[in-house]
Amino acid sequence: MSEPFLFVIGATHHNAPLEVRERLALASESDLRADLAGVDSIREFAVLNTCNRVEFYGVGTDESAADRVQAAYCARQKFAVAEFERIRLRLTGRAAALHLFEVASGVDSQLVGENEIFGQVKDAYAAAQAAGSAGSVLNRVFQKAFQAAKHVRTHTGIAAGTVSIANVAVELAADIFGSLGGAKVLVLGTGEIGGMTAKAFASRGAEDLAIAGRRTEAAHEIATGIGAGVLPFGDRESRLAEYDIVVSSTAATDTILSAAAVAGAMRRRPARPLLLIDLAVPRDIDVAAARLENVFLYNLDDLAGIAEKNRAAREAEIARCRVILAERAEGLWSHLCRAAGIPVDRSSPPGQPGHAAP
Amino acid sequence: MFADLTDRQWLWVAAAFYAAGLVLGTLALLRGQRPSGFAVSAAIVAGYLCQWIGLGVRGHATGGCPLGNRFEIVQFVAWSAITLYLLVGVTFRSGLFGYVTSGLGAALTLVSLSVPSWDAVLRTHIFGGNPWIELHAALAIFSYGVFGLLALTSALFLLRHFSLKSKHLGGRFSFLPSILDLDHIEFRLLAIGVAILTLALAFGSVYWSRDTASVGHAKLAATLAVWAVGALALFLRGIGRLLAKRFAWACLALFAGALLSLQAVDSSRHPGTTPMVATPRP
Repeated sequence: MSEPFLFVIGATHHNAPLEVRERLALASESDLRADLAGVDSIREFAVLNTCNRVEFYGVGTDESAADRVQAAYCARQKFAVAEFERIRLRLTGRAAALHLFEVASGVDSQLVGENEIFGQVKDAYAAAQAAGSAGSVLNRVFQKAFQAAKHVRTHTGIAAGTVSIANVAVELAADIFGSLGGAKVLVLGTGEIGGMTAKAFASRGAEDLAIAGRRTEAAHEIATGIGAGVLPFGDRESRLAEYDIVVSSTAATDTILSAAAVAGAMRRRPARPLLLIDLAVPRDIDVAAARLENVFLYNLDDLAGIAEKNRAAREAEIARCRVILAERAEGLWSHLCRAAGIPVDRSSPPGQPGHAAP
Repeated sequence: MFADLTDRQWLWVAAAFYAAGLVLGTLALLRGQRPSGFAVSAAIVAGYLCQWIGLGVRGHATGGCPLGNRFEIVQFVAWSAITLYLLVGVTFRSGLFGYVTSGLGAALTLVSLSVPSWDAVLRTHIFGGNPWIELHAALAIFSYGVFGLLALTSALFLLRHFSLKSKHLGGRFSFLPSILDLDHIEFRLLAIGVAILTLALAFGSVYWSRDTASVGHAKLAATLAVWAVGALALFLRGIGRLLAKRFAWACLALFAGALLSLQAVDSSRHPGTTPMVATPRP
């Protein structure tokens, strides 16, 4: 019996721009599996197919297994092999395992530290298990990748802070109100950013949401989608005191929430803070409202600045994460080599052919 | 080994544990991490037990609640603040709150241990065998401990308020509790402190009405002033006239005033006490 050979081959956002990734997006994983079903050199196989990467993790009898995958994939996508080889990612052995660790933990993501990739890797593994193409090596590599990802996300700042405007708004609200379950949220405007922010609040437990917009039908549509109520746009100032958080993102060219209206609302609810988030350009909320006691006013630049700081903080953690992940990948690699009865070669860096086994 | 420790040695050990909580939290913050709630709480619990033993040994020697000199009073204020933290503070689930509480415990205990003159005179049986007077004194000083915890919460509120208004939300500011939670905690602590002080004054007034000359004017005025400021702040907060930042500053001022009033309290002793010059032990 020949030695197993762990590899990953594919294309990611690092080398493939969006227009290329669109051409590389795999429409049907099962068709490719069917193409590779008769290839004897491939023992185990898993596909990670997201908007930022298409990666094939496999265990073969030798290096030709990766070539067979590449050939089948390029043929199915009608993508020139020579062009693919210019942008491809191809790693073997310990380097392939380390790459999966970095992908699962969000270190390799375009939006560093993002959560979604972890679920996508789990889905890829589940699909491989369901298809019966995950064997003892891939099982162990994926399980260890999940453990490593959870470890670095817990023990480093790679996932700290949020990096999208909508989530920064929600985090900001949590800094003021703690649990959002009891906070009342009013979203002014029915555009894309207003809808996204309303959804972000709903997903974080805000139970009392209302949408107000000049386009009543659009307000009803957003409200129905997230189980929110609708407030007549004309009542926004007179009923302001009922709300704890106001997110405004209308296309109005003038102020739609005056400082006098905010002051009037605060007189009716002086002990409870009011968070005003103005995501509109030009701004919807009178900046003088920020001077009022217990009123916290943030605009689009403020939130973008916070998101940018969080992103920079996450990127600063990448080096620390890579050290942790490399140690874990080394441990996994040693285990796999021992299991296969192969001496561990620690002299050459990961990814070298000498590390191809098992 | 432990049986040979003197009251002050127990209190030094307690101070060391509180300081350890402070150091652990500071190191975590310097590393950009949230102070560990478990580690800090463990240090606080260990310090609290040692302080309890130390004050118990001192109380046994003085024949009552150890409130006979400024050292004992400040130790008792620290013990009271930690007691309340252990009773209700841990439910806040904020490692940072435990961290600042250990800081308060360390500051009060270390300062009181480091000033020999505060413990130069050991007074015994200062309550003249009257348990109501002892209860009055213990409750009054306990309320000062509550005001100490209130001051910490107010300081955290002001930090959170600053971070929100100045839009500095990341880094160590992210470990702070929400501003609404801090506001609620402040309000409850002030209500608890004022209620306990009111009870203490009620017990004291019964005794004082029988013998008005037994309490010095300075002590009476200082204690009533602390109570009045606390009650007024609570009332104004209740009707929505003293809020947010101004309320937090008022709570800090209340604790500062309570600490300053200890001078008047300490200088007015029960006439039947037996002053005894004692050399402070290590």
